[in-house]
Amino acid sequence: MAKRTWNRRALGQTTLTLLTWALGLLWIVPLLWAITASLRPLNEPIQRGDVWFGTTLSIESYTKALSLAPFGLYFKNTVIIVLMILGVQLITITLAGFAFANYRFRGQKVFLFLILLQLMIPTAALLVPNFATIRWLNLYDTRLAIAIPYFGSAFGTFLMRQAFLEVPQDLVDAGVLDGCSWWQLLWHVYLPPSIPTLTAFMLSSVAWHWNEFLWPLIVTKSDAARPLTAGLVRFTQLGEIGAQWSLLSAATLLVAAPLLVVFLIFQRRFIESFLHSGLK
Amino acid sequence: MTTRRSSVGVKALPYFLILPTLAFVSLFTIWPTLNAIYLSFFKQRLNIARFREPTFIGWENYINLFHDPTFLKVLKNTLIYVVGTVPLSIVVAFLMAWLVNQPLRGRGWTRLFFFHPTVLPMVSAATIWMFFLTPDYGLFNTTLAWLGYHGPQNWTGNPNLALFGVMLVAFWKNAGYYMIFYLAGLQNLPHEVFEAAQLDGANLLQQLRYITFPLLRRTTLFVSTIAFIGAFQTIDHIFVLTQGGPSNASNVLLYYLWQIRFENQDVGRASAVTVILILVLLVFTVSNVWLSERREESQYG
Repeated sequence: MAKRTWNRRALGQTTLTLLTWALGLLWIVPLLWAITASLRPLNEPIQRGDVWFGTTLSIESYTKALSLAPFGLYFKNTVIIVLMILGVQLITITLAGFAFANYRFRGQKVFLFLILLQLMIPTAALLVPNFATIRWLNLYDTRLAIAIPYFGSAFGTFLMRQAFLEVPQDLVDAGVLDGCSWWQLLWHVYLPPSIPTLTAFMLSSVAWHWNEFLWPLIVTKSDAARPLTAGLVRFTQLGEIGAQWSLLSAATLLVAAPLLVVFLIFQRRFIESFLHSGLK
Repeated sequence: MTTRRSSVGVKALPYFLILPTLAFVSLFTIWPTLNAIYLSFFKQRLNIARFREPTFIGWENYINLFHDPTFLKVLKNTLIYVVGTVPLSIVVAFLMAWLVNQPLRGRGWTRLFFFHPTVLPMVSAATIWMFFLTPDYGLFNTTLAWLGYHGPQNWTGNPNLALFGVMLVAFWKNAGYYMIFYLAGLQNLPHEVFEAAQLDGANLLQQLRYITFPLLRRTTLFVSTIAFIGAFQTIDHIFVLTQGGPSNASNVLLYYLWQIRFENQDVGRASAVTVILILVLLVFTVSNVWLSERREESQYG
């Protein structure tokens, strides 16, 4: 009897493992296929039923893609935009989160509500009036135009407020007794235990803005300001690309690679930081 | 917990601290919302000389929109898109989370397989899928043919399939992202409850139905809210795969908004579409929270 239940359990476990792996492979296949296709020699176009590798592996597609569009420049733009957003956000959300967690002031609820409106009305929905604002600020076709709508973050402010509220009152009182100024209190008492939340916010901000496409497409027209995503779409529309799939796959992977590699290296921390932060 | 924790600093300090955030949110969320409402009552077309300056026309933009078959089609597509992708991604996300939370061999890898689309830019994901879905020689169709399906293969060029094609990509990309939140939820569930349930002889389905789902209600509320808002604000894959076509078969609200503003240069009408989009988002977010709280009350109250 005991043995039979053990067998049933083992069988159940095996079935679950197989099911998980089947679903997992289903999910990864598009990426794997794009990788293999990008490694085909350029003079061996993919034909019907021609599923995996060509006769040899070749990185021709990558060098050709790099020569057809300024991916280096796009990469630089993306990095600058992402860091610009992140840098400003870290300051604005920390200060605002601290104000909402540590003080009670007149109009507090109203101000918090106004800021949280940004969660319900995403910036993407406001592209028409925001485009007019960018024109009015004379920022059209600059990297700042891509970044500036995200300098204030309702999501970040809310996360930091929640993290700061978790800091024990005793610690805050001790800090006050020691004669901390407000910024010492923030820096030495509130911030250290809130680092996991801040890290999680940083990761999601970078991932989000690295991948953003529509807004950059709207507010840029030249390569000088264009990020990787908008550059890729322009690349796919180049006349000489046509249906050269190995070339397209190579360009796609070039754009996706930086974040994908960073993610693979830090994946454990990446997932854990999501798991253990206020993002739930 | 009250928010008065310490009163270090001057009285005006909290206002200074929230000022940067409030300023940017005002400039890029609150002001544009009001501006869109205002402009939606005007006729303004930038590509027609005599309509370059806005003229007040009352509700005409809205009336025209609801008499326009294209707009009605876009609304219908949006509804299909949202209803077709959001619940399915949530269910699959839960399934993925539940599977990779079991002590299985190689679950680190499968977790990675499910999650990786999250870090891909949507335009890259869409380009990969454009290739994957190519008629005749794409792996997707090759596999379907091998499984015995010989129907139409042009998933982005066929009017009956195009919407399905873009939905498929969104589903593939988002399920792994939502999985993370369920995984976090599952790992925070109290073990003792399940042990007690097992002792009482509750089977797996009963445990899911009576313990797991109710305890994960907050996670589901959060995930369904971000999934819903996400479904409205991400159209990058439509740019890559179909451009809303063929004949608007895969056109949804935000893409239509972009077209009206940047292809037709019709600011007034685009503002009206913006207002409609905002209203839809607000109504959903508020009712989702409200419904979830009511369910909670009826359960525990």
